[in-house]
Amino acid sequence: MSNQGDWPLWEVFVRSRRGLSHTHAGSLHAPDAEMALRNARDLYTRRNEGVSIWVVESAAITATSPDEKDPFFAPAADKPYRHPTFYEIPEGVKHL
Amino acid sequence: MTAPWHSAALALGDDALVLSHRLGEWAGRAPVLEEEVALANIALDLLGQARILLSLVGDEDELAYLRDERSFRNLHLVEQPGGDFAHTIARQLYFSTYQRFLYERLASSDSEFTALAAKAVKEVAYHQDHAEHWTLRLGDGTAESHERMRRACEALWTFTAEMFQPVEGLDAVDFPALEERWLDSVASVLERATLTVPDGPRSRAWTAGAGRQGLHTEPFGRMLAEMQHLHRSHPGASW
Repeated sequence: MSNQGDWPLWEVFVRSRRGLSHTHAGSLHAPDAEMALRNARDLYTRRNEGVSIWVVESAAITATSPDEKDPFFAPAADKPYRHPTFYEIPEGVKHL
Repeated sequence: MTAPWHSAALALGDDALVLSHRLGEWAGRAPVLEEEVALANIALDLLGQARILLSLVGDEDELAYLRDERSFRNLHLVEQPGGDFAHTIARQLYFSTYQRFLYERLASSDSEFTALAAKAVKEVAYHQDHAEHWTLRLGDGTAESHERMRRACEALWTFTAEMFQPVEGLDAVDFPALEERWLDSVASVLERATLTVPDGPRSRAWTAGAGRQGLHTEPFGRMLAEMQHLHRSHPGASW
C-alpha cells in the first residue's frame, strides 16, 4: 500500500439510467484518468448501476467551505416564494 | 463422460477455475485496494464461467474439490504461482487474449458452448483491456516497472505454445489461425509498452500439451491442496 499515496484522488460520477443526471458515487485512487474510469467501473457499477461514468481529479473541484455556509445558503431558506411548493405534482411524474 | 465436448468443457472449465483461484490469492495482498477489487472481479467472472462449464460435465463441487491433480485438464500457464504484480499482469495478457479469441470463435459457431461463449466474451474483453492497460503502464513506466514487466513476460513465454494445442471437442476452432492472431495482438501490445517480444522457446520439451493430459507443474499440487482442503476436511459443510 506504500505507493497509493502517490496516486491522485478522483471523484466518480455515475449516470444510472438514460435521462438522469450523473450522480456523485464516491472517490478512488488511480494513476491516471483511464485507470480511474476502469477502477470506477469495478468499484461502483458492478451491479448494473450505470450507463455512463465521469471521473474528475478531486483537486480540480472548487468547493464551498463550511465557514461560508451562512452567506451562501442561509438567505435562501426564508423565501418560500422561491420554492415551487404550491403546485400539485400529477401522479406518475418521477425524478422531480 | 465420453462425449468429445465433455473433454473440452473440462479443459476450458479447469482453465477458468484454476486462474480464478490464482487471482483470488491477491485478496488482501494487492498493491492497492482498487486493484484488489479489479482482480477479484476478474476472478469472479472466471469462477462463473468455470461453474457453467463444469456443470455441463457433472457435479461442479465434486469436480472442483474432489478430483486429484492428474484429473485436471488446465493449461500450465494458469497454474503458475502469482509471482509479483507484473507476473500476474503478463499472465492476464497472455491468457485473456487467448480466451477472447477462442470464445469469439465459439460464440459464432454452433455447439454446446455457443451461449456461454457469447456471454463470457464480454467479460473476457474487459479482462484483456485491463491487462493491456497495465502492461502499457508497467512497460512504459519507471525503469524498475519496465524491468519487472520484461522479466515476467519472458518467464511466462515458455507456457504460451500449449494454449494452441488442439483441444478434443473443439473441432470448430482453427488453432493455428488462433495462434497467429494471438501473436499479432500480444506483439502489438508489447511494442506499445516499449517491451520486446521474448525470443525464448514457447514450450519446453515435455510441457507442451501436458496440462491438457493431466500432467502438471510442481506448484499446482500445493495450490490444489489449499483450494480443496476445506471441502475435503468438512464434506458437505455449508454456512
